[in-house]
Amino acid sequence: MAPSAERSIGLRFEKIDKRYGAVYALHNLTLEISPGECVALAGRNGSGKTTLLRVASSLTRPTRGTLAFSGVPENQNPQVGFVAHATMLYDELTAEENLLFFAKLLGVANRKARVDELLNEVGLGERKDSLVRTFSRGMRQRVAIARALLADPSLLLFDEPATGLDAEATAWLIGHLRTLRDRGCTILMSLHGESEVARLAARAVRLDTGSVVADTRSGATFQSVLTFAGG
Amino acid sequence: MGLLSNAAALLGKEVRTEFRSRELMSTTTVFVLIVVVLFSFTFDPTTDESHRFGPGLLWLAFLFAASLMLQPCFLREQVNDTLSALRLAVRDPFAIFLAKIGANTLFLLFTELLMLPVFAALFNASFRGQLPGILLTFFLGSLGISTAGTALAAISAQSRMRELLLPLLLLPLLAPILVASTEVTVGLMSPDPFMQWKGIGFLAVFDVVFLTALWLFGEYLLEE
Repeated sequence: MAPSAERSIGLRFEKIDKRYGAVYALHNLTLEISPGECVALAGRNGSGKTTLLRVASSLTRPTRGTLAFSGVPENQNPQVGFVAHATMLYDELTAEENLLFFAKLLGVANRKARVDELLNEVGLGERKDSLVRTFSRGMRQRVAIARALLADPSLLLFDEPATGLDAEATAWLIGHLRTLRDRGCTILMSLHGESEVARLAARAVRLDTGSVVADTRSGATFQSVLTFAGG
Repeated sequence: MGLLSNAAALLGKEVRTEFRSRELMSTTTVFVLIVVVLFSFTFDPTTDESHRFGPGLLWLAFLFAASLMLQPCFLREQVNDTLSALRLAVRDPFAIFLAKIGANTLFLLFTELLMLPVFAALFNASFRGQLPGILLTFFLGSLGISTAGTALAAISAQSRMRELLLPLLLLPLLAPILVASTEVTVGLMSPDPFMQWKGIGFLAVFDVVFLTALWLFGEYLLEE
């Protein structure tokens, strides 16, 4: 259930500004992400990582500049899986009801089987009938990740995906993302500090005050970009 | 998925979450009950006065209740940012509005029908033989309140003074609905009941105009 390489999509942010009142969350940001690339976004609090992910998801419209997708039919948005800070889940519904509901909206085929498969993969198969409000932060994050993967997205956006996850769930997440990446899914994820998930990325981009200040694909500077140690 | 099937799925979710939490229905029903009882004790109306003032007081109570009911419909989507998930999942954002309007109309109608016998008992009113007319008036009135109210709830949910803003915008905007619904109900409650088709026509036009406006511009109300 992972996207094939021919469905890979690319993104091009061109001179993007996003302003909230007088404050620039993104300022003159230009960034190109190739189809199938896995990119780690780093930066201090307020550097614009979350805003960039929301612009990429088309949830937030930039104040200035353009976002273009490649590999997507004209006038269509790509199928996006988004795991944000908030879980984007309904507390009054069970884990299974949440996933079935979103699967229905997304037009997922064989909904029940897909939901069961994902719930088992994230280790919540036995708690599928429990209300989400009874879950711990880590369990909610697992359901949120399952929700993002429901429709087999060609673009995955993760805002600090390992938040609240234990070692076992983090290992599952890394394994699953690796499979998706290897099959051509474009992944853009924001990370805060050192993270095991960062090993998946082939490229690290650091933001500061809404602009790209470092962009590296490999080598000695890669880790320093993620950990803010370098220039 | 098409617009209507998306809206149906969303409406199902609205009904399921409400029947599980019972937040809106219970508070609104209790609120309308209190208002109707207070009006009854305050005015102590005769039968004649009930025919003249009763419908106005009834619709005023419904309007106040609606302002309570409409407030959380988008605020609840902000708790876990589920509105973003909905925007990513549906192709046409109007489906979100359709479902919210459907759910609000349904909940409001339920409250109204529950309050009708209470009102009839307290205000010596009789709706015998007029139930189809009453149901039509309640439906069109509630649909109008829900349509305009849902649009305003979406706007106010993104503002800082959201709790104050919704009633401030809602009550003046819904004055025409209040007047038309009251006039039709007065006709149905009079000793020689009759249906004011002009009022029904006005309610229908109001509903269609606001639904069309939401269909055209609703997408912008959900943007950040």
